Amino acid sequence: MKFVDEYRDPALAGQLLAEIRQTVTRPWVIMEICGGHTHAIMKNGLDQLLPAQLELVHGPGCPVCVTPVETIDRAVAIAARPEVIFTSFGDMLRVPGSASSLFMAKSTGADVRMVYSPLEAVALARQHPEREVVFFAVGFETTAPGNGMALLQAKREGLTNFSLLASHVLVPPAIRALLSSPTNRVQGYLAPGHVCTVMGWQEYESLAEEFRVPIVPTGFEPVDILAGLLMALRQLEAGRYVVENQYGRSVSREGNRAAQRVMAEVFTVRDRAWRGIGVLPASGLVIRDDLAGYDAERKFAVESIRVRESELCQSGSVLQGLIKPDGCPAFGRECTPEHPLGATMVSGEGACAAYYRYHRTSHA
Amino acid sequence: MCLAIPGRVVEIFQENGLIMGHVDYSGTVNKICLEYVPEIEVGQYTVVHAGFALSVLDEEEARQSFAAWQELVQAVAAQGTDIFGNPLEK
Repeated sequence: MKFVDEYRDPALAGQLLAEIRQTVTRPWVIMEICGGHTHAIMKNGLDQLLPAQLELVHGPGCPVCVTPVETIDRAVAIAARPEVIFTSFGDMLRVPGSASSLFMAKSTGADVRMVYSPLEAVALARQHPEREVVFFAVGFETTAPGNGMALLQAKREGLTNFSLLASHVLVPPAIRALLSSPTNRVQGYLAPGHVCTVMGWQEYESLAEEFRVPIVPTGFEPVDILAGLLMALRQLEAGRYVVENQYGRSVSREGNRAAQRVMAEVFTVRDRAWRGIGVLPASGLVIRDDLAGYDAERKFAVESIRVRESELCQSGSVLQGLIKPDGCPAFGRECTPEHPLGATMVSGEGACAAYYRYHRTSHA
Repeated sequence: MCLAIPGRVVEIFQENGLIMGHVDYSGTVNKICLEYVPEIEVGQYTVVHAGFALSVLDEEEARQSFAAWQELVQAVAAQGTDIFGNPLEK
C-alpha cells in the first residue's frame, strides 16, 4: 500500500459520490475548515460533482490567511535589522503587511531565507553565532510541535541567538466562534486530518454535542474527502451529532501525546486576533514566560507595532463562510494572486486563490 | 503548510541528539525529524509536516476502511436501495 493511489481510485470515488447522491434528501451546509481540504476539493472538481443540495463552505483553516497584518509588520521590522537572519516557510514571504512583505524586505537587502523545517533555522543559528536567527513560527496545531521542538533544541544546545516569532492558532476555538455566531449556516464539519493527527479528537466531542453538529476528521485525498462528506451527511440525515473519524490510518482519539507534551512545554494559550475575523478567545499559542529569551516579539521589542485592517478586502467574510470568494467585488479584478489585496488570495491554501486558480465561480 | 503527502522511511539515524530519517516521496528524498514517531521502522509510511513526522500510517486500519467501503457500496447496490431505502439511480 502506498497510501496515495488507493485514495485516488476513480471507481471508488464514483461509488461514494453515488452514495452521497442517494443519501441526501434536503439541503445541508458542511464546512471544510482546512485550506488543504479546500484545495483538494477544487483541484479534483469535487464541488462540481456533489448534488446541489449539499453546499460546501470554506473555513478559516489557512494559517497564512489568518495571520494578522501587524504580525507581518512585526516580522518585516525584525527582518530589517542588520544582525538578523529571518527564516520562514515559503508561503509567508509574499503575504502583504500594511506597507511591505518579507519578499519586499528581502529585495531591499534584508537577510530573509526560506526553510523547509525550523531545524534548518536552528542549524543557521549554530553556524552563525555572530548573527540573530529568527524563525517565523506560524501555523495550526500541525506545525506547533515542530516549531516547539526547534526552540527546545536551541535551548539544549545553548544557542542564545535563536528565537521564534510565534503566531500559532488553534482550530477548535475557531469552530466554536463560527458556530456561536448569529450568522452561522454551517451544520456539519470536516475537521482537519493533520491537526487531529497531532491533537486527537477529544476536543471536538464537546463541540459536536453542544452545537449538535457532526464533526468528521478527514484525510486529504479525493476518496477521503468524499467518504468524510458521506459520513457527515449520514449523521445529518439521521439526526446524529458525534465525532466520527474518517482518517483512521493517521488519526487516533488521543492524538500524538509526545507532540502535545512539547507544545505544552513551549507554548501557552492566549486570546488571538485572526486576520479578517477579529479576536477569538483562547485561540492562539504564545511562548511561555520562562522561555521569553526565545520569543522574538519580546527580544526585539516589536509588540507595540499595531495596524488596522484594510477595508477593501472581504477575506474576513470569506474566512467565516459568509460569502464565497467570487462574492467579493474585488475578486479577479483588483485582487489576483499576482496583486493580492488579502491573504486569502496570497496563500497557496487560501480559498480565494483556490477559486482563482481553478477558475471557479460559485454561480457557474 | 498543512498539506502533507505520505512518505516512506528509508533510513533512520541520529543527528544533534535527535532521531532523524530520510523519507522518500516517490523518488524525492528529504531529511525529516522522527522524534514524534520514535517507534517508526524503515519501510513504514509517515505523514510529514514542515520537516517533522507526525504519525505512522496504519496499514491494517487503511485496509479495513477500504474493505468497509467496498462492502458498503456492494451491499447497497445488491439491495437496489440506499441505506434509507430510496431506490438507486439506474
